[in-house]
Amino acid sequence: MDILVCVKRVPDSEAQIEVKEGNVLKIEEKYTMNFFDNLAVEEAIRIKEKAGGKVTVLTFGSSSSIEVLRTALAMGADEAILIEDENVPHNDEFVTARILSKAIKDIPFDLILCGREAFDTSSGLVGPFLGKMLGIPVITMVTKVEVKPEERQLEVEREIEEGKELLRVNLPVLLTTQKGLNEPRVPTVMGLLKAMKAPIKRIKVEDLGIKPDSIVEETKVEISKLWEEKKKRRIRWIKGTPEEMVKELIELLKSEARVL
Amino acid sequence: MSGILIYGEHREGKLKRVSYELLSKGREIAQQLGEKAKVVILGNQLEEVAQEASFYADEVHLFEDPILENYNSEVYLQILEKLIKREEPSLIMAGATFQARELFPLLGGILECSVIVECVDIKTGDGKLSYVKPFYGGKILGEVIPKRYPHIVLVRPRVFQAKEKPVGQGLIRKEEVQIDMSKVGIKTLDVFKVKEKITDITEADVVVCGGRGLKAAENFNLLMELAEVLGGVVGATRAVVDAGWRPQSEQVGKSGKTVSPNLYFAIGLSGAIHHVMGMDSSKVIVAINKDPTAPIFEYADYGLVADLFEVVPILIEELKKERG
Repeated sequence: MDILVCVKRVPDSEAQIEVKEGNVLKIEEKYTMNFFDNLAVEEAIRIKEKAGGKVTVLTFGSSSSIEVLRTALAMGADEAILIEDENVPHNDEFVTARILSKAIKDIPFDLILCGREAFDTSSGLVGPFLGKMLGIPVITMVTKVEVKPEERQLEVEREIEEGKELLRVNLPVLLTTQKGLNEPRVPTVMGLLKAMKAPIKRIKVEDLGIKPDSIVEETKVEISKLWEEKKKRRIRWIKGTPEEMVKELIELLKSEARVL
Repeated sequence: MSGILIYGEHREGKLKRVSYELLSKGREIAQQLGEKAKVVILGNQLEEVAQEASFYADEVHLFEDPILENYNSEVYLQILEKLIKREEPSLIMAGATFQARELFPLLGGILECSVIVECVDIKTGDGKLSYVKPFYGGKILGEVIPKRYPHIVLVRPRVFQAKEKPVGQGLIRKEEVQIDMSKVGIKTLDVFKVKEKITDITEADVVVCGGRGLKAAENFNLLMELAEVLGGVVGATRAVVDAGWRPQSEQVGKSGKTVSPNLYFAIGLSGAIHHVMGMDSSKVIVAINKDPTAPIFEYADYGLVADLFEVVPILIEELKKERG
C-alpha cells in the first residue's frame, strides 16, 4: 500500500503572534508539524507496518519546512518531498491544493492522508480540494482506519456531530485526520540520526509545469486586513464564603450580565 | 449570478438552530442586495421542515427521497452541484458544522470558487461582500475578500441571531432526485449515535465545562445537574476526554468543538490555550478554580477561587430555588 501524507509546518499553538503595520504578522520562532498532520504521518506508518508498502511525505512551503519532513522521516516515513514556494502565494488553499495535485500526478499511491485542518489558516480546505482535483473520494474527520488490502478497500470511522459513522470505500481515497485516530510516536534517537542523513527531494514549483504568474490567477481569496483578537476580559473576582459567592454570582449573572 | 442559497441543515425533523440563524441573516443580506433568498433542503419526509423554512426564504428547493435519509457526501454533492449550476447563486451559506465542513469544501473544489470557513462576521460595504474569519486558532482575525463566485461561506453557529418568523411565505419547489449511484464510491455501513438524546454543544445557550479538577468521571454528575437546571449541556476538556471520562463529542477546544454560548462555566479546568480557542467567543464566562493563578481567569468575566465540590452543589441548590 503506497501512502502519501501531506504535512505543513505551522507556528506552535503557544507561539506569540502579533499584527504589525501593513498586515504583516510577527510570529515567535516556535514552529512544529501541524497537530493533525502528525496524526496522519503516524497512521500512514501504522498502515505500512501492517500492510506493507511505502510512506511518502510531502509539503509545499519554504526551505524551513524541511524540519517537519525530517520529523516524519524520523518517525518512520520512507521518502520526503519539499515543493518550494518561492514567488508563489502560500496562503491560498486552492493554489496549495493545485500544486500538490501536480506533484502527486507522477507518484503512484493508494491512499492520501491530510490533517483535518492547519493551525494557521484554520480552514480544512486543502484536503477536500486536492481530492476533487485528483478525482478520488474524500472522507474527512477520520477517527479509525481499517485496511482490507486484499479487497483494495478501507473501513473508515469518522466523527459526526452526534457521534460516529462507519463507511466503506474503495482505494484510492483521501482521508483527513481527526483527534482520537492515534497517539503519534515520538521519534527515537536512531530514527532522528537516520532522518538527518536521509535525502530530501526538492522540487521547484516551476518544475511542475506551473508558472508563478499564472498560478497567482488561480488564487481564490485575498486577505485585506488582519488584527489581533482581543481575548482578555476584565475579570470580576467574587469572594466570600461559598454561600456568599453563589449569591453574588447569581445576582451578577441576572442584573449585570443578564444571562439568567 | 445572483441570489443567496442557504443550506437548510436539519436533524430529527427540525431545522437546526444554525439554519434559522442563517435564514435570518441570509434574508437580511438578500434584501440589502435586492436579491432572492433561497434555501435547499435534502433528506426524507421533510414537508414540515420545508414549510418552516419557507417563512424565511423566497424559494425552498426540497429534495426528498429515502436515499437522502442519511448524509452521504457523494450523493449530496451530485444534487448540490446540479442545483447550483442551474440557480447560479452568488452566495452560498451553511453552518460551520461537521457535515457542512465536509460537503462544502468538496463543492468548492468542484466549482473552483472561494470558500470561507468558520466565518464570524459578514460585511456588506458598498454592495461588495467580505467575510471575517479566524486564523491561528482564533489568535488573529482577518477580513477575507473572495475572488471567485459563488462565495461559499460556512458560518460559525451562534454568530448571527435567529429572528422571529417573518410574515409571508415563499414557494416550496419539490425537486426531482436523480442520483447516479455508479459514481458513489463511499458506502455508509453504520451510524452510531452517542446518546439517545443528542446534545450538540455548539448550539446550546449554556455550556458547563469541566476539567481534570473534577477528579473522576462520576463527579460529572454534578455538572450534569448544574447544566440541567440552567437548560444547558456539559462540555469537557481534552484531558477529560483522553481519560475516557466524557465522550469526544463533548470536547471543547482546538481538537474538539468551538462553542460560543451566552453563558460558559469553566469548572476545575486550568485554561490551556487549546481549550481557550474553543470557548473564548462565549458571551459571558464564569471560572471556578482553586488555583488563583490558573490561566482561565484571564479569559473569564467572573472568577471564583474556590473548591468546586463546595461551590457547585450550593449553586445548584440556589438556582433550583430561583426557578421554583
